[in-house]
Amino acid sequence: MYFFDPHIHMAARTTDDFETMAKAGCVVVGEPAFWMGYDRSGVDSFRDYFRQLTEWEPQRAANHGIRHYCWMGINAKEAENVEFAREVIALLPEFLTRPSVLGIGEIGLHKNTPNEVTTLLELIELGMKTDEQLLFHTPHLEDKYLGTRMILDILRADSRIDRTRVCVDHCEEHTIRPVLDEGYWAGITLYPTSKATPQRAADMVEIYGAERILVNSSADWGPSDPMAVPALMFEMRRRGHAESLIQQLVYDNPLKFFSQSRNFQFTPPE
Amino acid sequence: MPIAPAASDVFDREFLGVRARLIDIAATLDRIDRAGGLPDDNPRLDQIRRSARLLATDAPDRAAQIQMLFSLPYRDDWQKAR
Repeated sequence: MYFFDPHIHMAARTTDDFETMAKAGCVVVGEPAFWMGYDRSGVDSFRDYFRQLTEWEPQRAANHGIRHYCWMGINAKEAENVEFAREVIALLPEFLTRPSVLGIGEIGLHKNTPNEVTTLLELIELGMKTDEQLLFHTPHLEDKYLGTRMILDILRADSRIDRTRVCVDHCEEHTIRPVLDEGYWAGITLYPTSKATPQRAADMVEIYGAERILVNSSADWGPSDPMAVPALMFEMRRRGHAESLIQQLVYDNPLKFFSQSRNFQFTPPE
Repeated sequence: MPIAPAASDVFDREFLGVRARLIDIAATLDRIDRAGGLPDDNPRLDQIRRSARLLATDAPDRAAQIQMLFSLPYRDDWQKAR
């Protein structure tokens, strides 16, 4: 079965990972701009990173038959310095028109500070001006519930938001229900320690169904697994779920979500 | 969902894994004690103890409830603090 990994940070992964994923059936990856493990020293570091995501990574993926799409943004962890964030936001319009860019992301909150909220509001404002899809990062661990609720409050207060074009990512057991109830796509990230295991993700699918759920590895420079989506597929099969349900989760859903981006051009494999 | 396995089948499949994880938690707490232990009012130890108590209940959403034990509280007037 073919699958998408709709949220993975290939810039932090090796070419061997592309090969392994391709052999397992991966046909599309979505790479949000994120924190590379260190704070960047200036806006030009972001410019180079955005070039990497829009020029180099698509080529590296294509060498393995994988289509690479990306999201542009400044992550919440580097959003605390509002003036610096504004310099990065000013860079975004020239990249949002590039052919492999799906929208603005991953943006959101990290420690749920007022400055993070200020930067987030300015990123949403840009997204509304240029009619972008939005991908939201929700915070880690003890900050997740509060941050997720704050993001939902912010989105609810903006009548311009088309909820069908928004994914609120890194949902877990205590945050997935409000995200789905309010009409957004809910991302479930499969991480070995924080976030969800394949088993817990399968539990959430059994409880809430597969509608508007995106599953991803979010594999990056830390402990993570670029084969996490196939691990979930295996867990679903082990439990006896239908292939059609698994395909909905790992292929049909991300295809539907990505297809709402003006830049998404994808011919399914024969 | 098309699948409705018997609870006993799920239990049989998961039993050894649950057993192993519980022993691992117990061994970790023993290790902390051997290292001198923590004060009873340690807030994170309290979170773990409350989680363990939740495990012993029949609540249908124990995973979500344990997540909430480890979460900062949300107030719907947070924007006033900005």
